[in-house]
Amino acid sequence: MSLLGGGILKGMAVTLRNFVGSYFDRDRLTTNDYAWRAGDSLPQHAGEYPKEEGEQLRDTTTVSQYSRNFPMLLHDEGEAMDTIRCVACQICERECPPQCIYIEKSTEKMERGGNKAQFYPAKFDIDVSVCMSCQICVEVCPFDAIVMNSQFELSTSNRFGGLLLRRDDLLKSNGYYHKIHPEEAAARDRRMAEEKAAKEAKKKAAAEAARKKAEEKAKAEAEADDKKQEDTQ
Amino acid sequence: MSSATATAPNYELIQQDGLDTGLLEVSMGPHHPSTHGVFRMDVKLDGETVVDLSPVFGYLHRNHEKLAENMSYLGSMPFTDRLDYFNSMTNNWAYALAAEKLVEIEVPERAEYLRVIMAELTRLVNHLSLVGFFVNDLGALGTPLLYAFREREKILDLFEQASGARMMCNYFRFGGLRNDVPEGWLDRAREVVDRFPVFLDEYEKLLCENEIILSRTQGVGNLSRDLAISAGITGPMLRASGERYDLRKVDRYGIYDRFQFRVPYSDGDVGDCYDRFIVRMLEMRESIGILKQALDGIEHGPVLGNAPKVFKPKPAEVYGRVEAPKGELGFYLIADGTPKPYRYRVRPPSLINLTVLRDMCLGQKVADAVIILGSIDIVLGEVDR
Repeated sequence: MSLLGGGILKGMAVTLRNFVGSYFDRDRLTTNDYAWRAGDSLPQHAGEYPKEEGEQLRDTTTVSQYSRNFPMLLHDEGEAMDTIRCVACQICERECPPQCIYIEKSTEKMERGGNKAQFYPAKFDIDVSVCMSCQICVEVCPFDAIVMNSQFELSTSNRFGGLLLRRDDLLKSNGYYHKIHPEEAAARDRRMAEEKAAKEAKKKAAAEAARKKAEEKAKAEAEADDKKQEDTQ
Repeated sequence: MSSATATAPNYELIQQDGLDTGLLEVSMGPHHPSTHGVFRMDVKLDGETVVDLSPVFGYLHRNHEKLAENMSYLGSMPFTDRLDYFNSMTNNWAYALAAEKLVEIEVPERAEYLRVIMAELTRLVNHLSLVGFFVNDLGALGTPLLYAFREREKILDLFEQASGARMMCNYFRFGGLRNDVPEGWLDRAREVVDRFPVFLDEYEKLLCENEIILSRTQGVGNLSRDLAISAGITGPMLRASGERYDLRKVDRYGIYDRFQFRVPYSDGDVGDCYDRFIVRMLEMRESIGILKQALDGIEHGPVLGNAPKVFKPKPAEVYGRVEAPKGELGFYLIADGTPKPYRYRVRPPSLINLTVLRDMCLGQKVADAVIILGSIDIVLGEVDR
């Protein structure tokens, strides 16, 4: 290095290039609106974000379809409490690392969608001030009843009750889930359909096997009867 | 000092035999921007020269190990994200590696590739931010750090698309990964990786020849190889002191034996702040090389092996370690046959690298103590746990 201060000048050329370049190339902007995502043009009203529930998921919002925030409870099409998937098995309550879930099981069982009658949660509270969005509850749930929401407008002036989400706040339809996480929801539905089909096929096979066994038994009995008759003759 | 008053200064003049010795004890931190979190250095100064220094930490203690001992094995996975919150992916990997030794699970091919990709992206994120913060400590306020964060943002977007979260990813599972990456993710990752060297060239031009950085960092904070080895220093800091030691080469965990990469290290016996800075810059180049090879080699397949539904390992003791961006991150687990670990111990590279702070700072100026601390690369979440 010959010129003292040459390195500094070189560095300043870089900052100058970045400063001028930032007017023409978004990749050089250091302070972009958080809403902006690579590969999209700057939003018309930078800084605007969804105001209504579920109104999001253009790339210009702060929420992408992959992000997760806090859990929600799923129900199928129809009245929320009639089609709730949760059967209050309390696995998520036990597994939750920061222990932010509180469940009270119902006293009587309820039938939904032609399936076997099951319990339902009389109370299902999540304290989102404790929740750490880790998604362990989603993973351990055997009924696909709890998934992650991406709603983030949760600030409240109520310090105590405001961040405690009750069962009815948490209940969201499967359609809403499809709206906020299209890829994930489709994959989940596919898997559930497969599992259901496999279960039914197994049931069918079991029924078939039972029928066959019964037939064989009847046949064997009939043969035995024949033999008996022959013996007596 | 006789009594604390509302306006008590945070330093005191040391008295010896009733005489003023001229030594000044200054308490730097815990709320000091140069300490990278809640960390305190009690510095004894003779003029501007450091004559004694003792680090005080523990302000961010969150009981990580004891919490994990009262929780299922899977339950403490999200807590490992919060150790070194810049590098949640490598933290996950170290823990998954330890747990996979407890029960023998085969990790599928695609998951191994994705693990390497995630770990190397994490290394880029960590070294970028470290370099940014390091020159920030030197007085280059803002600009280099913001350039670094601008690039980091692109990688965090990739993390979000894969795992759902930008920093607290919680993505690794015993026997693979939680879910496959979405469609098109690998192409997006390739785009980010391909563009990264352009930024690195620019970044090197900005920093590596800068005379102020050279004069502030060269010969400052010397750490000899012998001291580094005997103090158990690992990671870029050890390599900057002249020891060629990288767990990716030593253990060859995962599928690191399939990739061609070099381990940058300094060729002297003593490493100073500049060596530590340059080693990290060079490591980023190597990470890009690994990323390119991994993105070329990855194939379709499952991402989760046959992990048992209920994780209940037989009694055993295991130690799993990875080369985290800051050094050797290890998890030591003792299983006793229940679904909870009997003992769960973290070997945090930040804490162990911090132990030589005093040796590096003695005799230096107090302003240099700040950049020496910056060059160690600590995250208080990991130091205090």
